Amino acid sequence: MRAGKGARAGQYIALLGYLVFLGFPFLWLISTAFKPARELAALHPGWIPRHPTLANFRQAFDEQPLLHAALNSLFAALGAAVIAVLIATPMAYVMARRRTPLARAATGWVVVSQAFPFVLVIIPLFLILKNLHLIDSRAGLVMVYVVWALPFALWMLVGHVRAVPAELEEAAAVDGAGRVRTLVSVTAPLLAPGIVATALFAFVSAWNEFFFALVLLKTPRKQTLPVVLTHFIGAEGVADLGPLAAASFLATLPSLVVFAVIQKRITGGVFAGAVKS
Amino acid sequence: MTLASATSRPAGHAPRRGGARRPPDHGAWFLVLPALIPILVLSVGPLLYGIALAFTDSQSGRTAPTRWIGGLNFQDLLHDTLFWDSFRIGLLWAVGVTVPQFLLALGLALLLHQELRFRWLARALAIVPWAMPEVVVGIIWRLVYNPDAGVLNETLHDLGLGDGRDWLSGLGTALPAVIVVGVWAGMPQTTVALLAGLQNTPRELHEAAAMDGAGAWRRFLTVTWPALRPVALAITALNLIWNFNSFALVYVLTNGGPGGRTRLPMLFAYEEAFRYGQFGYAAAMGCVMVAVISVILAIRLAVRLGGGEDT
Repeated sequence: MRAGKGARAGQYIALLGYLVFLGFPFLWLISTAFKPARELAALHPGWIPRHPTLANFRQAFDEQPLLHAALNSLFAALGAAVIAVLIATPMAYVMARRRTPLARAATGWVVVSQAFPFVLVIIPLFLILKNLHLIDSRAGLVMVYVVWALPFALWMLVGHVRAVPAELEEAAAVDGAGRVRTLVSVTAPLLAPGIVATALFAFVSAWNEFFFALVLLKTPRKQTLPVVLTHFIGAEGVADLGPLAAASFLATLPSLVVFAVIQKRITGGVFAGAVKS
Repeated sequence: MTLASATSRPAGHAPRRGGARRPPDHGAWFLVLPALIPILVLSVGPLLYGIALAFTDSQSGRTAPTRWIGGLNFQDLLHDTLFWDSFRIGLLWAVGVTVPQFLLALGLALLLHQELRFRWLARALAIVPWAMPEVVVGIIWRLVYNPDAGVLNETLHDLGLGDGRDWLSGLGTALPAVIVVGVWAGMPQTTVALLAGLQNTPRELHEAAAMDGAGAWRRFLTVTWPALRPVALAITALNLIWNFNSFALVYVLTNGGPGGRTRLPMLFAYEEAFRYGQFGYAAAMGCVMVAVISVILAIRLAVRLGGGEDT
């Protein structure tokens, strides 16, 4: 890439603009989380807390059942990730390797399921789960999250299966290995990183999910983190900014860590595969 | 070691040659069923049930049995000006977010594709809004817009641009303020998709064009854009749909206020269903939303067929 000095400078200025736009809200969250109440109430609070404090975090835990909410979120996200990947992997394998009508229908469902408004699904689900006495239950939420995570999990996994050359499997078959043996000793090891990335992505999606949790969970002690976070915002929209920021910061950390781990796979894998097929 | 013993059974078959035709395989069903059953029971089934509900007077907490009322809900919807207001706001929001989001993301993707220093920092930061729960994105921007302690008014004050205002409560400023948040929140996905598209464009073509003396703008039009077009169309169609259906962000930011100025269709349907218990009516709203989305998908499909692309 050849670029003149002026163009280069322009590029760096643009990059700086993007950095500020993308970064400053997050920095403001951190800054607010560590500011003592007195600085937050000041007429012109500065960028950097003058007397950083952890008081907001303590107050956040006092005001809302944050620990419970985090455990509920962990349960829902882990359950959804593990179950979704367990059932999606075999199906993705079939979708990737065979051109049956069923595989095509499944691909169509993956596309369509990205498009319909959730309200059309949540009302019937609400009624069904109510009849099964699974409203306000963590198990019911996990069930919903599994199905909600499936389209994307299938999408990612189909791409990963396609990346494993079918010739390897055929070679193993020629060597006399059976179907199961081929899958376990040839395909699975090559697929493992993709399965882990998919599970982590499903985990983050469920950890961050709000709408289904809002509708399905009523008891405060059963609610997940995103729902509990909204309780910090009062009915009048007035919020205790410090604890709100502290709790939000904590709720974001797990997703950030997971995203940092799988970032390369997301950038490379998901969209290249998703957009090509 | 159960796996090893399981493998001894298929070994009885004659070894298959590579690429040889296989007999119809009923084993595949066992691989598909664990996912297929939940999909049918918890996704396809409820979707059809939801469409059926739109033709009933289903309400929560009512003792009388639900009755089939034909198109009555849709007739009511036709005259529900509040719904059409929210519908208009939904379209305004979807387009208002998607277009600037695309342009900004395109710029960022082109920058990140260059050999720039601190590129890694921008890449990392560009991911942050994506990794965050939507609720937290809403909360962060409430902090930014906060009339007393918000960084926006603070900055305006420092620049001597007046004392600012309550952005999210102003009748005129609420929707634009919320749209800015939507742009910010959705930029990562769009940037990443476009970046993936850029990485698929052949570098040699670029170099050849540069040798021929084509300027940056010309190279973009003749080399980059044609290669990027399929990705750009796909992500734009998805963004329009996702944005039209969005809920959490605006629920946290304004909850539809002030005076319904940011009440997206999903917020309206949610209130109708879970605050007023009008399940049938809310389902009808969902159906109308699906109809609009189908139009978007149809346009996208028409573009694809018309352009003769193999996306």
